[in-house]
Parts: sequence; C-alpha cells; structure tokens
Amino acid sequence: MSASHAFITGIGQSEVGVRLERHPLLLTLDATREALTEAGLSIEQIDGVSTYPGRSAGMLGFSPVGADELIDALGIKARWHAGGMELTSQFGAITAAAMAVRTGQARHVLCYRTVYEAAAMARPEEYPIPKRDRVDGYSQWFAPFGAISAVTWTAQYAMRHVKKYGLTREQLAQIALTGRKHAMLNPRALNRSPLTMDEYLSARMISSPLCLYDCDRYSDASTVIIVSAGDALDEVQCTPIRIAAMSGTVERHSWDQAEWMACYSAGRDLWSQTDYGPEDVHTAQLYDGFSFQALAWLEGLGFCGAGEGGRFVEGGHRIGLEGDLPLNTFGGQLGAGRLHGFGFAHEAVTQLRGLGGERQIADQPSVAVAAAGGGPLATALLLTRD
Amino acid sequence: MTYERALVRLDANNRPFWTGGENGELRIMQCQDCEGFVHPPRPVCRHCLSENVTPKAVAGTGEVYSFSVNYQKWHPDMAVPFVVARIALDGVPGVLLTSNVIGCDPESVDIGDRVTVVFEHREDVWYPLFELEAAN
Repeated sequence: MSASHAFITGIGQSEVGVRLERHPLLLTLDATREALTEAGLSIEQIDGVSTYPGRSAGMLGFSPVGADELIDALGIKARWHAGGMELTSQFGAITAAAMAVRTGQARHVLCYRTVYEAAAMARPEEYPIPKRDRVDGYSQWFAPFGAISAVTWTAQYAMRHVKKYGLTREQLAQIALTGRKHAMLNPRALNRSPLTMDEYLSARMISSPLCLYDCDRYSDASTVIIVSAGDALDEVQCTPIRIAAMSGTVERHSWDQAEWMACYSAGRDLWSQTDYGPEDVHTAQLYDGFSFQALAWLEGLGFCGAGEGGRFVEGGHRIGLEGDLPLNTFGGQLGAGRLHGFGFAHEAVTQLRGLGGERQIADQPSVAVAAAGGGPLATALLLTRD
Repeated sequence: MTYERALVRLDANNRPFWTGGENGELRIMQCQDCEGFVHPPRPVCRHCLSENVTPKAVAGTGEVYSFSVNYQKWHPDMAVPFVVARIALDGVPGVLLTSNVIGCDPESVDIGDRVTVVFEHREDVWYPLFELEAAN
C-alpha cells in the first residue's frame, strides 16, 4: 500500500530572522542542505521542484526565488516542476508534489517556501516595488476603501464570530499566548520573549477585533519539505511521514464574496478521504498568519463545532504542550515568524519524529494535521508515522 | 497632503460599477435569464452560465453584514480610525460589498445597522460608500 502513497522525507529550514543580509537564494540553499542531510539524499537524487507562489516580480520580498531559478542555480536535474500562486494555498505546492510522485513524474520533489519580506522592506533599492497608478483585479474591491492588508479582510470574519458566537479577546488571545509560549522553546523562533495576557489586552488595535499580537510579523527565512514516492523510501535514511490525506476545497473563491473562510470546506473534505477522524489527531499545526485563522481551522477541521473555537481554546490548557491537542508547538507564525505556511508542515513532521527537543509533546505522537491558508485559501494535510 | 483613495483601472466589465455613481446609481450585474446577481462583474452568470448579463441599478440600501474598525495607518497620510464593512445589499442576494461606513463615530457601527449608499467622486471613478440610515 505504501508504494502508492506520498511521503514527507527531508525537512529543512534556514535561519529565521528580520532584515537578514544573506541572499534569499542562499537561505533556500541552507534549508535545502538541511533537508537533504536529514533525508540522507543528495541533490543529484532530487528530480522535482515545487513552490508557492513562484518568483513574484511585483513583490520580490513576498517570493524572491522561483522554481525555475532554483533548478538552474543548484543544477537540479528536474523531470517535473511547478510554481504558482493559483493553488489551494501555500501547501498547494506540497499537494502538487504528492500527486507528482504518486503518478511517477518524480521520485523526490524539493518543495520550498522562501520569504524575504523584512529584508526587502528595509532595502527597497535592492528589492523595488513597481509603482502602480491604478488598482485592478481583486484589489479593486478592497484598496479603494483602505482595506489594504489581509488583516482587515480577516477581521471581517473575526468580527462576525465575535458578534454571532461571542468570541472574546481573552479567548482569541490564547492562540497568540500559546504560540509565544511554544516559541520560547524553539531555538529558531523569531519571538522568544514572554507575552502576557495584560500585554495582549493593552496592545494597540490594528483592525478590530485584531490587535498587534494577532498578526504575524514579516520575516526572512526558507523552509524546505521533500516529498518522496512510496517506492523510493529505500533511498532515504529518515523516518518517512505519510501524507495520509489532503484537501483544498473552496466553496467560493473570493476574499470579499465568500460568507466564510475555505478552511471549513477543506476541513470537512479531509476527513471524507480517510478512516481517521479529528479524535485521532495528536497535534495540530494550523495557519495563524492572523490568530483568528487558527481558531477557524480548529472549527473547520472538526476539533470543535462552528462557533465553539473560543470556548475550545479558553484558558489555553487544551492547546498547550500537555493538553489534549497541542497547537502550533513551534510557535506558529505568531511566535516563530511568518514562514508563510510551510512552517506548519515542518513542525508536524518534527513532532511525529520525536525531534521537537524541549517542545516535543509526550507519548510518541503518530497522527498530525497541518493546515495552511486563510480566506479563500485552504489546504489541509493529514500526516502519519505508520 | 491627504490620503487619496486608490483609483481603479476601468475596463469593459467594471465600468458600470465604478461609474454608476455619476447618475446616482449603484449598479450590480444581473442575469436577465435567471435574475441572479453577478459580482464581481463578469460577462457570464455564475448561477446559470447565461451570457445575458447586464448592469442593474439596485436600491443602494442594505445592512452591515460584518465590519472592522481600522486603526492602522497603512500610509502616513491616512486618517484613522475608519470603518471597513461588508454590506449585504437589499434585493441583491449573494452579494457582499466591501466599503466604508462614513459620517458617524467609527466605534458606533455594528452588524445589522441599516445603511444607504452615497458616492464619492475622484477623476473617472465614483466610489460607493455607505452612511447609517437616520435612526427613527
């Protein structure tokens, strides 16, 4: 059975920082080297490359390294590659790779997400943003109204939750506080100082009900996930982690027209593909570019009912390292930095292998969910150590 | 210098929406076959795939479906706080319009508040904004 499945083998990550000087291609190389070493693979064995969203000429900080460029720069003999933004989310790069290895297009696909937003903002002469005199595409429905950041778009869903279900700031805070607590145990995390409830509650509002600590922070880093074919596992030297199910269903692909975020449809669909259910999951690594997105993922994946996310995380015990469902054990993006999705898969694999060090959860977890995306973007991965 | 609203690149699809305010009209595309509404404006009905889609002047009233009070200055000249809201328009099922609720204390706005469209004009663009209906 395993031959027909896709597995995560190597994982790697560069230094995570703010305003790094190291070139983004070299950060990608750092993460690649670590992933290859871990998997026991050489660069010659990589025959596929997959990324999200590909090189973004208009926003170099958002995505400075394209798949084609990486293939050429590292001399990769790629039989298959892909890079694009019109995917189900950041994890669309991983689900595409899983399909590639399952259909024999490649044996070992290097999937990566490199971000350089903090450095690019600090050095606009090196990473210029082309000036636009007019807005078009989907930004025309937001930008003219000062809804320039995804925080304001996400806040629309969060406020609806506040008013309809009674979500409190103290409840929502648990996503940020728990993330920070876990980040303090992660040597690579960006934010490693303590965060208290008082500091959270007195932080300035950005876009209500989301305050400063509900938002992740621009970071510079690269994360690599190697996806390998089931019949290529004899070539690796690490514990393979199976992609037991994956989903990315969207009911309405729109930030402004969808009544609710796509994590609900993608979450439901994940369980329709497997005999596992939410009760079998030992840890959840859920996208928290904004705290509310992780709360919505908890609901969407059925860990609690719609509208119950606030009560589910209340007090923080359930989602702590010793709780029933340890959440974002590396710190999430709120604690560890804006790795843009890939950090969640990286951590799920780390925990399933028992390599979390100080932040390792007990009792040898064998089932994890990793999810990426907010708004109309959503991809969920069910990962198992068989 | 004050912060100016972003200008929109007008094209065949979005021109009726962004210029309707010149005639005091909020125009949303409607299918002439199934009467479903299509927004963002496109030349095909997303409900029945009919290509018989034309702009329709709608009532311009509605209610606040959700909102956020934005406090962050995304530009140094931006005046804050202001309200970004999603408006559920009367008689236009399935469409939510993101806009601003203006002319009131930003912190007084709530879900369910009744609103009416007003237009702000800059160059060739008429922005549909919303004011709270007078309480009665």
